[in-house]
Amino acid sequence: MQPFLTETGIAAPFLAANVDTDVIMPKQFLKGIDRNGLDRGVFFDLRFAASGAPNPEFVLNQAPWQQARFLVVGPNFGCGSSREHAVWGLKQLGIRALIGSSFAGIFFDNCQRNGVLLIQLAEAEVKDIGQWVSTPDSAELSIDLEQQQIVLHDGRCIAFEIDQLRKQALLLGLDAIGSTLQRTEQIRAFEARYLQAHPWVA
Amino acid sequence: MHRPRTLYDKHLDAHTVCTLDDQGHVLLYIDRQVANEYTSPQAFSGLREAGRQVWRPACTLAVVDHVNPTAPVRIATMPDAGGALQVSYFEQNCRDFGIELFDVLDKRQGIEHVVAPEQGFILPGMVVAAGDSHTTTYGALGALGFGIGTSEIEHLLATQTLVYKRLKTLRVTVTGELGAGLVSKDIIMQLIRRIGASGATGYAIEFTGPTISALTVEARMTICNMAVEAGARGAFMAPDQKVYDYLADKPRVPKGELWEQAVQTWRDTLFSDPGAQFDLEVSLDVGELAPMVTWGTSPDQAAPIDQQIPDPLQEPDLIRRQDLQRALRYMDLTPGMQLDQIPISHAFIGSCTNARIEDLRDAARVVRGRQVAAGVRAMIVPGSTQVREQAEREGLAQLFLDAGFEWRQSGCSMCLAMNDDVLSPGDRCASSTNRNFEGRQGAGARTHLMSPAMVAAAAVSGHLVDVRTFSLEA
Repeated sequence: MQPFLTETGIAAPFLAANVDTDVIMPKQFLKGIDRNGLDRGVFFDLRFAASGAPNPEFVLNQAPWQQARFLVVGPNFGCGSSREHAVWGLKQLGIRALIGSSFAGIFFDNCQRNGVLLIQLAEAEVKDIGQWVSTPDSAELSIDLEQQQIVLHDGRCIAFEIDQLRKQALLLGLDAIGSTLQRTEQIRAFEARYLQAHPWVA
Repeated sequence: MHRPRTLYDKHLDAHTVCTLDDQGHVLLYIDRQVANEYTSPQAFSGLREAGRQVWRPACTLAVVDHVNPTAPVRIATMPDAGGALQVSYFEQNCRDFGIELFDVLDKRQGIEHVVAPEQGFILPGMVVAAGDSHTTTYGALGALGFGIGTSEIEHLLATQTLVYKRLKTLRVTVTGELGAGLVSKDIIMQLIRRIGASGATGYAIEFTGPTISALTVEARMTICNMAVEAGARGAFMAPDQKVYDYLADKPRVPKGELWEQAVQTWRDTLFSDPGAQFDLEVSLDVGELAPMVTWGTSPDQAAPIDQQIPDPLQEPDLIRRQDLQRALRYMDLTPGMQLDQIPISHAFIGSCTNARIEDLRDAARVVRGRQVAAGVRAMIVPGSTQVREQAEREGLAQLFLDAGFEWRQSGCSMCLAMNDDVLSPGDRCASSTNRNFEGRQGAGARTHLMSPAMVAAAAVSGHLVDVRTFSLEA
């Protein structure tokens, strides 16, 4: 997994509430057995007109946000279906972090496993950042994970909280399965005890 | 003296391999997994690339459900290249890693969350994770179920565990007797409407109260299933005698002495201790509830059928107002419109939320002696092949066919329209499913969620309608 250290880039505002993973990655892009080609599917019905041409009204089709590396999003982003394709697609589109007030649980874990940083702030703060990056001249920001801060274009710093476990995994780009398999003996010992106490599970 | 624990605490404590930090992360042992053909392929590829094995293959049951057609005559091959590739790779993965598979021709095939309970694959006290958000369904059996993404499926296959962060707890106490024509779908839709689409984000819900106790196990599944539409990552109910009776004759449950031992353990342990503290409490009195329908594009945009489309201008917050306006624009509805006058082009009874045998019986009571309205395409997709066969034995299938419904094979079908059951732009569907998202049933298509009986009533009326206005034979 690609480590997340300090990232600088354009942030696109997309503040609608309850943006679900069906909207982020529609069904016609779910028919693969690999992760390829999903950048095209991201927000497909919003990004493209029926003709297939980019919809000029959508923020990710406008300068400078078509190069966005971050999204500033509304509450409950990523709700609905568990499809990790939504996160694979965002990542392929170049998105490295999302800033929002709340994220759906499965989406949250999916981002973490793919090295996409989710930053949770108060709703008012998110709106404020969203408004700030809505102007092309102030759309750029930096995120420093080590220092746990966002630096806006005018130099303002906004601190954020993150669990240390998540932070370390992102900073180091850790392979979660490899880390867990280092505890193989512990899992085996637990399993033996557990199945003895609950023999109907075995 | 131990601190009183919630049922959720007990599930976690019993399954914690070790704690990982002081912020609530644990390595959680998982008892069961159900796998499908569309969220699992990259997980198996990951195992192959890393040369890893599946930790306990018998803990996973694989079912083809998302991409298969539901046309009345079953064929083994998928009609589209993508679906065909997913199904053949799924078969290969199950073969190579030793996982049991119900393929599309198997008599036990169906929607994973309908199949697993009817097979007795899920037992009280278990922790179940699966690559589908509606894994919360198993809470009705006293199991903790939650959805995971593909990376987590791979982690689970390789280690039988997940790195898990303890949730907060929400207790929902439901009281009041449901009126005639109302079912558990109306309860969960009312809860989602009340607490919002993220009202339970970060929480595990425990449902309790006399109304829950009075429900059948299948009706309880509908509630736990849709709890994820309020953001809950786990929703459950303390198991009772109804659960043990429901499971007792299922094929995979332990038999004889082992069954007795299991039931005794469940009786002794699977409840929240008196005095256990929840982080949040919600009370819901459903005595005066009317049948619920959604009018928007989020499951919390719902109202009783006897009401009107709300006016976004009443919403003071600008962003929320814009969301409401956007929803009404997408749905092509105007504020003040009576919900029971909205015409439909399609009616769909199916999905892991509402396609079990009791749901089909509910719908049949409405349909008996009536015909699907002109201009409406009405489909019934049973939750499993076994449900389909049972409905045929009970004469329900013929009743639906005679009334003008399509009687189809099992699968997820038009709940998410990954197969060929897709609506066209502008179609409007009364649907017994769980999500009314933009484009969910087809790009530009419009979904109104409601109970199976309400879908049946809409199908024969040609518009949304209050099922309580129908005279029904018992």
